[in-house]
Order: sequence, then C-alpha cells, then structure tokens
Amino acid sequence: MKHDDLKPFHHALKILEDNCIGCVHCMRVCPTDAIRIFSGKAHVDQNRCVDCGECLNACPVDAIVVEQDDFNKIFSFDIRALLVPAILIGQFPEDIVESQILAALHELGFTHIFEVETIVPFLNDVFIDYQNRSNKKPLISSFCPAIVRLIQVRFPSLVGNIAQLKAPLDVAALYVRNLLEKKRGKKGKERSVGVFYVTPCAAKIAAVKSPVSDEEGRINGVINMDFIYNKMLRIISDKKIKPEQSPESVLRSGREILWSVTNGECYYEKGRSLAIDEIHNVINFLERVENGEMDEVDFLELRACDQSCAGGALAPQNRFLTVERLKNRVEKNSNRKNFNTRAFLTKNDISFLLENISVRPISPRSILKLDDDIEKAMVKMESVREMMKLLPNIDCGACGASSCSGLAEDIVKQEGSLDQCIFIQEILVRKNEQFIEHFEKIWGKAKLNRILSVKTNREEL
Amino acid sequence: MLYVGVSLQFRFHVTGGDFSSAGTASSEIKKVLKKLNVDGVVIKRAVVSLYEAEVNVVAHAFEGDIFVNISSEKISILLKDKGPGIVDISKAMEEGFSTASPQVREMGFGAGMGLPNIKRNSDFMDIQSVVGEGTTLQIEIYINNKNGEQE
Ligand SMILES: Nc1ncnc2c1ncn2[C@@H]1O[C@H](COP(=O)(O)OP(=O)(O)OP(=O)(O)O)[C@@H](O)[C@H]1O
Ligand code: SF4
Ligand SMILES: [Mg+2]
Repeated sequence: MKHDDLKPFHHALKILEDNCIGCVHCMRVCPTDAIRIFSGKAHVDQNRCVDCGECLNACPVDAIVVEQDDFNKIFSFDIRALLVPAILIGQFPEDIVESQILAALHELGFTHIFEVETIVPFLNDVFIDYQNRSNKKPLISSFCPAIVRLIQVRFPSLVGNIAQLKAPLDVAALYVRNLLEKKRGKKGKERSVGVFYVTPCAAKIAAVKSPVSDEEGRINGVINMDFIYNKMLRIISDKKIKPEQSPESVLRSGREILWSVTNGECYYEKGRSLAIDEIHNVINFLERVENGEMDEVDFLELRACDQSCAGGALAPQNRFLTVERLKNRVEKNSNRKNFNTRAFLTKNDISFLLENISVRPISPRSILKLDDDIEKAMVKMESVREMMKLLPNIDCGACGASSCSGLAEDIVKQEGSLDQCIFIQEILVRKNEQFIEHFEKIWGKAKLNRILSVKTNREEL
Repeated sequence: MLYVGVSLQFRFHVTGGDFSSAGTASSEIKKVLKKLNVDGVVIKRAVVSLYEAEVNVVAHAFEGDIFVNISSEKISILLKDKGPGIVDISKAMEEGFSTASPQVREMGFGAGMGLPNIKRNSDFMDIQSVVGEGTTLQIEIYINNKNGEQE
C-alpha cells in the first residue's frame, strides 16, 4: 500500500526474527490488523502499525522489542538534560524520596533534570484559549501518539478534531533546550546541549523520531523506562545514595503529575469531557464519535494504554500501584510549598513557547480503503463478499491472516491467495475425507455444506 | 475492465423492541463505506440517517427489513416494516413530535428528532405508511455531496 505524499511512519517496535515462533498472539490483538505471518515469522505492515505496544504485551516469547538508543550517546554532549515523565517517579515506592530519584539520575550522568509535567499549568492556559477559538466538537487531545496515529489510519474523518497543539513532552523539550542553549557559554567555546527523554512506551519514541506533522524533533535521544529504572534501582538500593545525602529536590510538581494517568487532562477541563483508556475501548468510542453521537461532548482524553501511561509497555511496575503512588505523592506534596510553574516562565519564555506550540493539521492515512477509486473498490468488495461465502469464518489464523475477512481482503489486494486457507485446501482441493469428517464433527454440517455448495459454482478451484 | 453499473446490495432484518442490536445495519454499512473510500462527511450522513431509521423500526414497529444499495453515485436505503404505521406523516416529521412509549423514552429515545434528523442528513427522503399495516421509508445520500446538508 502506498501513501504517495506522506513519509512512512517511523516505528519503534521491532520483531526479533530469531525469537519469533510465528504464533498468532500478536496478530490477534493488533488493533489495526497490521500483522501477518509468513515463512514462520510475524511481519508488520508499516503503514498500519501505530506503535501501541499491544503485540509486545501479547508475545509469549519476548520476540517483540522496543528499539533503544545507545545510552552512551548522552556523553557526546557537554550539557545532558533529561526530561522525566512523572510516571518514572511513580515506579518507585514512596519511601524512596524524590531527592534519591534525582540523585540516581545525576549519578547516571545527567546534568539537568526536568519533570515534563512541570509545563502542564502553562499548557492548560494555552489549551483553554485554543478550545475557545476552536469550533470542533469533540476536540480530541493530541497527547497520546498511538491514538493520533490510530485516528489517522482508522478514523480519517476525525483527524480534524485532534487539537493542533504540541504535547507536554514537546513543549517541555522546547523550553529546556531554549533555556540551556542560553547557558552554553562563551562564543567559540560553547558547550553542546543534549536533550533526552525517558519513555514509557514505543509510541512516544516513534513520535519523537517522526513527529506526526511537524519539524524534526528537539530531542536527541530516548531512553526506555525499563532500562533506566533497573539502573536507578541498583544505584538506590546499593545505598550509594542515602536520602539525607541527596541534593535539594527539584521535582516539585503538584496535581499535574497525574496528567498522564487516566483523567489527568480531563481534570482541568471546563466543559463536558470524557477520559477513555485502552485502545480497544477507544476504538469503540471513536466509532460512536464518527457517527455523530458525541457532538455534545467538548473534549476527549484518549489513551492507548489501560490506566494510560501508567500502563505503558515499558513501565516496569504494576499500573495500578503506579497510579496510587503518584496520588500519594501529590497528597504529600500538597502541604509543601509548590513550585509555581507559571512563575518560572519569563515573558520571553512564554512568547517563545507560544510561537512554537502549534502543529500543522494532521493528515488522514486511511488503511481501510480497498481502492482509491470507488468503482474499483466496489468490485473488490464484491469479491470479498463472494469469498466470505467460501471461507469457514472461524478466524483460526492458520492462513497467516488475522481473520477470514482479513485473508479475503489480502486476496483482493493481491497480497494473499485462497490456498493459504487450510480448510479450502483440504475440503475443496484435496477432498480429504478424514479432514471433512473431522471438520463436520466440530463445526457442523451446515458450515461444511455451505463451503461445499459454493464450490459447485466455482469452477476455478 | 468495465465497471458500468456496479452496485453492492445489503439486507438486514430488524426486530421490534430489540434495542441492543439497533445500530447493527448502520455500523455494518459504515464499515463498507470506509472500505469504499467514501468521504467522511458522506459516511456520517448515511450512518446517522440509517441509524435513526433503524431505531424507529425497533422503537415503533414489530419487525422490518432494511435494504441498502450502494452505487458510485448514491447510497439508497429502503426500510419496510410491519407495525402500527404513521397516522399523520407531516406531524411525525416535526421536530419534537413523538409517540414513543415510556419504556422507549427510558432507553433514551423519543425526543422526536429522528425523522427531522434523517431529513437534514439525506438528499432524498420519502415516507409511505398504512395505518395498522406498516411503514416504508426511502432514503438517498449522494456520494458526491460532500458539503453536507441538502438544499
Ligand atoms: N417506523 C415507524 N413506525 C411507526 N411509527 C413511526 C415510525 N417511525 C416514526 N414513527 C412515528 O413518528 C414519530 C416521530 O419519529 P422520530 O424518529 O422523529 O422521533 P422518535 O422516534 O419518537 O424519537 P427519537 O427519534 O428522537 O428518539 C414517532 O414518535 C412515531 O410516532
Ligand atoms: S497512553 Fe501513554 S504510554 Fe500508552 S501509548 Fe499513549 S502515550 Fe504511550
Ligand atoms: Mg426515532
């Protein structure tokens, strides 16, 4: 399938051919039907994949991994800033205090640490203003990159509802880079600035590496959360860092550290808003949005993962515990003097961020169409329907496609053939008596007869 | 290859009172229209119209059949039901007019907006009804009318 005017998506999910056993687990859970099995291995259609990570969670043999930048890349910069999502803090039990977490990150080599959610209060102001000017209902958050891509490929008519604003990560990256580049030192002797990000998921990596519709990212590298978590845990538990020895905490966010868990965005919304997490829930809901059933809703917070980013595929800890821990930290911080986010941004910062905060309209990239031309698509559709009379409709996956209708569509797109179906092979081509008997026992006479009767008017088999 | 007069036909059966499956036809047709690369605005108009018509059979009639024909020019929908029929069609077309039973209202229907909504979203609409026998509703949505509302 070609998307002529659009660059291919960057993908962070990779299949390790050596580990892949060609089972169908990943194919079954894929929300965009992007996976096919052939030659014993799973293959991903790059135009369909939205990097949601469902396949990674489903893989029984760890054959699906998330690409990772070389950690040592950070040392090629003099100033090494790390953007930390609150979810990372939520991986640690509350008896590990923020200052220990920070100290561990410094120990790993970072010179500046900035909590992404610190930017949230500023972003909220911008968003409210944006919403007042927008006539789209419901307006859809641009926060979760897997959702943005899902809408592009499966709900192309809704791309216009996605807010054309950068996500907190991108705004935070802009701010930090801008700030540190001012501090890089005398002309000729400038120190280089590297901005890194700890990610809870593959989708964020994919978004950083190929922003949906914008200029190239301002992030030099991405570090997977499970990787850095293990390193941090070792440093902290080796007692190398005791709470009292740690430097002054700068993780000062309040309520906004809950932004990336479910209802985090909705909390700030004025109008009627709904938060939906887990990609299949989101799909069901978007079907209804598309039908015009949700035109009364002002705002939708949609997240691909269950419990939102707390359930990100790279977040090592239990998602429910993560949410609880973050809530407890907010509670604990509430009687502490909070860091006023609006106050740390200077007038210049604000105008700089405002200039750079919007993104271009997001383009649709439908994967559903059988053909660009409606008449050709109709002919293909008719063949699909013909074929569906023949196929057993049990979605066994043995053909390497996710379902019988998936195989039928592959065939009309000339990406598959009917003899991939083992039932067609055994019942109609080989006329294998034993197989037929066996099939009838399990799937019943009606199904068998249906297949056999179609055969009579299909000479080509 | 010549594709003159290609069209796709679909048929659905609807049972009165079966609210849980109201919407089956419209979501099935939506899937098809997406595969045919029909414009999103047109899809929405077709889906809204079909859904309202489908719910009307469920809410007001005993049973009915839906026939959908899709060609490269238009989506034609025909709903034939057995039911009480409509006494005054022009009244039924008014916004807010409804004879929905309390049970139906409890399900969240009965605002009297269904037929006006179909009118707004379709390019052609015709109702024929025989009281005590049933109702026939015909709806057309033109594939190329991408800016929405008719007239
Ligand atoms: N298929 C039908 N058979 C019998 N009566 C019908 C049928 N369709 C509509 N009506 C009558 O027309 C009235 C108006 O229909 P309309 O769809 O506009 O509103 P509603 O179904 O009552 O409420 P809503 O559609 O807002 O849930 C109905 O209350 C009913 O009396
Ligand atoms: S919900 Fe969060 S962790 Fe999950 S894919 Fe979206 S951004 Fe990534
Ligand atoms: Mg109605």
